[in-house]
Amino acid sequence: MKGPPSKAFFVGYFILVLLFGAGFTWAMGAGRFLPVLGQGVVVTVEITLAGACLALFMAFLAALTRLYAPWPLRWLATGYIEIFRGTSALVQLFWLYFVLPQFGIELSAMTVAILGLGLHVGAYGAEIVRGTVAAVPKAQWEAATALNLGGLRTVRRIIMPQALTAMIPPWGNLMIELLKLTSLVSLITLADLTFRAQQLNLATFRTTEIFTLVLLCYLALSLLMTLGIRLIADHLHARYGRPS
Amino acid sequence: MSGSSAVADTAGEPLVRFDKVVKSFGSLVVLKELDLAVAAHEKVSLIGPSGSGKTTVLRALMTLEPIQSGVIYVEGEPLTHMPRNGGLVPADARYKRRMRSKIGMVFQQFNLFPHMTALQNCIEAPLSVLGLGKDEAVARARELLQMVGLGDKIDRYPGQLSGGQQQRVAIARALAMRPKVMLFDEVTSALDPEVIGEVLAVIRDIGTEYKLTMLMVTHQMGFAREFSDRVCFFYNGAILEDGPPEQIFGNARHERTRQFLRAVLEAQ
Amino acid sequence: MNDIFNFAFAIQILPLLAKAAVITVEMTLAGFLLALPTGLLLVSLRLYAPRPIGLGATALIEFLRGTPLLAQLFFMFFVFPLWGIRLPVTAIGILALGFHYGAYYSEVYRGGIESVGRGQWEACQALNLGPLRGFFRIILPQAIVPIVPAMGNYLIALFKETPILSAIGVAELMQTAKVIGSDTFQYTEPITLTGVFFLVMSLISAAGVRWLERRVKGVHR
Repeated sequence: MKGPPSKAFFVGYFILVLLFGAGFTWAMGAGRFLPVLGQGVVVTVEITLAGACLALFMAFLAALTRLYAPWPLRWLATGYIEIFRGTSALVQLFWLYFVLPQFGIELSAMTVAILGLGLHVGAYGAEIVRGTVAAVPKAQWEAATALNLGGLRTVRRIIMPQALTAMIPPWGNLMIELLKLTSLVSLITLADLTFRAQQLNLATFRTTEIFTLVLLCYLALSLLMTLGIRLIADHLHARYGRPS
Repeated sequence: MSGSSAVADTAGEPLVRFDKVVKSFGSLVVLKELDLAVAAHEKVSLIGPSGSGKTTVLRALMTLEPIQSGVIYVEGEPLTHMPRNGGLVPADARYKRRMRSKIGMVFQQFNLFPHMTALQNCIEAPLSVLGLGKDEAVARARELLQMVGLGDKIDRYPGQLSGGQQQRVAIARALAMRPKVMLFDEVTSALDPEVIGEVLAVIRDIGTEYKLTMLMVTHQMGFAREFSDRVCFFYNGAILEDGPPEQIFGNARHERTRQFLRAVLEAQ
Repeated sequence: MNDIFNFAFAIQILPLLAKAAVITVEMTLAGFLLALPTGLLLVSLRLYAPRPIGLGATALIEFLRGTPLLAQLFFMFFVFPLWGIRLPVTAIGILALGFHYGAYYSEVYRGGIESVGRGQWEACQALNLGPLRGFFRIILPQAIVPIVPAMGNYLIALFKETPILSAIGVAELMQTAKVIGSDTFQYTEPITLTGVFFLVMSLISAAGVRWLERRVKGVHR
């Protein structure tokens, strides 16, 4: 079975997970947990979306700064990227949550979560942006020169669209990583899916059912995201063809 | 070494002139004090073994490669230097762009913009550089694409076109800028044999229709022989022999030229 | 300066943190050593087992990759005892790391194996080399080239995820730093030092992986 799993596999797996989840819930009488877990899912999705926005912003800011800004700013951007990629996400979250208050800056758990994860993922995103822009073939620049298109116009109309198309699969995978990282916010007492699971467990001791459902929820979400990325990437490839 | 048989235009000045141009990549010297003059409306084929410098001539003229010494003149003006205070200084961006607008180039790998349709590829530069209105640019692009035989494919993306079709779009795209000189860098080398003919036919048509000045690096000896006014044989960074096709192909003066032609024609 | 960062305190807790850092490194290596064969097993099933088992392996890989390490860790921590499996937290931590990253490694192996063109297998057949010899002498050395840097990068990622084990009380660096913080109410020094430790280690390791990558490439030119 060569190559990455097909779209059909993910569709089938997703449906299987939903069916199994439903059947399992019904069989184990776990239906009453769904509302609380659902609240957790909402928070998880909220953090993922907000974190993704911050990450996108930081990634482009840092990558473009590194490519085109004067050297002091470039140095800053590189520092940001290296520090946030080089340390643990959890350490970063704990630092924002426990250390900042010692300097009088008290941020809510939600702010820490979005800020910490957004900055962390943004650093990885910056490398994706830089990589895909650099990967646009030099020949495209030469064609633009031959047509006498100016530098800014070339970047805006020729280079960036191609870089953006190439960026989508790695960015998509990064967003799935972000989804998984949100589970860490449970450790700074934010009521996401993982936190709710522990809460419910302490209250009801229906351990197996609760944690199985939690894993299934995360799995369903990440399968859905994987499918989404595949569909977008395939659509773009169909339109524009594979890069030569 | 080069008996330049350039036919000067009525003003006496060649359209393109290389004056002792030296181009090196690090320690490798690719153009050795090259002299070359091309008259207006002249069709010149550049042939020779790989590494002999012929592609570098085109790339230097298109300002894709800087030269180490010597001057390239286009319409009598230096390409990469500006006259100032009686001497020459490196040109600023505006001057370079003005000079560059006289040259157009078609590449071996087509280099179409993959995220734009054939039509969009052809209007992008006229819109932003020449400042044409949208309607005018589209009309011009349609006409050119019609002329290269792709009138019904203007809304296709490069990924949906064959190699020969992509190259024809590339030619239309370059022509849309109305350059004075068109450069063709081995434009059929990346094509399947059966579509080479359609691209060469287009080049022949536009050559006669627009009376363009053309420099073509090519391995298509038959085409070079039949279509060019003049053939330059490059060897080791200099023009070894330069003359009309009948002379080069029929009665070359230098043994090296004859050796090269024998090897190429045997392979074809 | 001492208002921002109490150097005296930092130096005082350094030995404690250093001991915990050793635990972190040990957990990393143990997880890594479990992940390597786990990945190999998964990829072998996925590529070469009969289709139903292969699909099952793929589903398992996607499950391990698609769910958070923390959720997997909690599952093992809370559910295993109910199934009669009583393990110390360090063991659970190593299992979680090993399985989670085993799935990533199975993809790394797959990438390496698939990167060796069909032509190589066919050449082995044409030369009558036999499947085992062909695999070890011809295919594997070529597959290694893309595998090594990817493997190194995931090792670094594994290392940086060990603080998650603090959630079940494994006495590694992050847990120790948190304990110091909650005991003394001075969080700045322990957590910052932890961050610096990870940063330095990850920068050194990244350089190490790049060096290794060049070495492996050099052999094949």
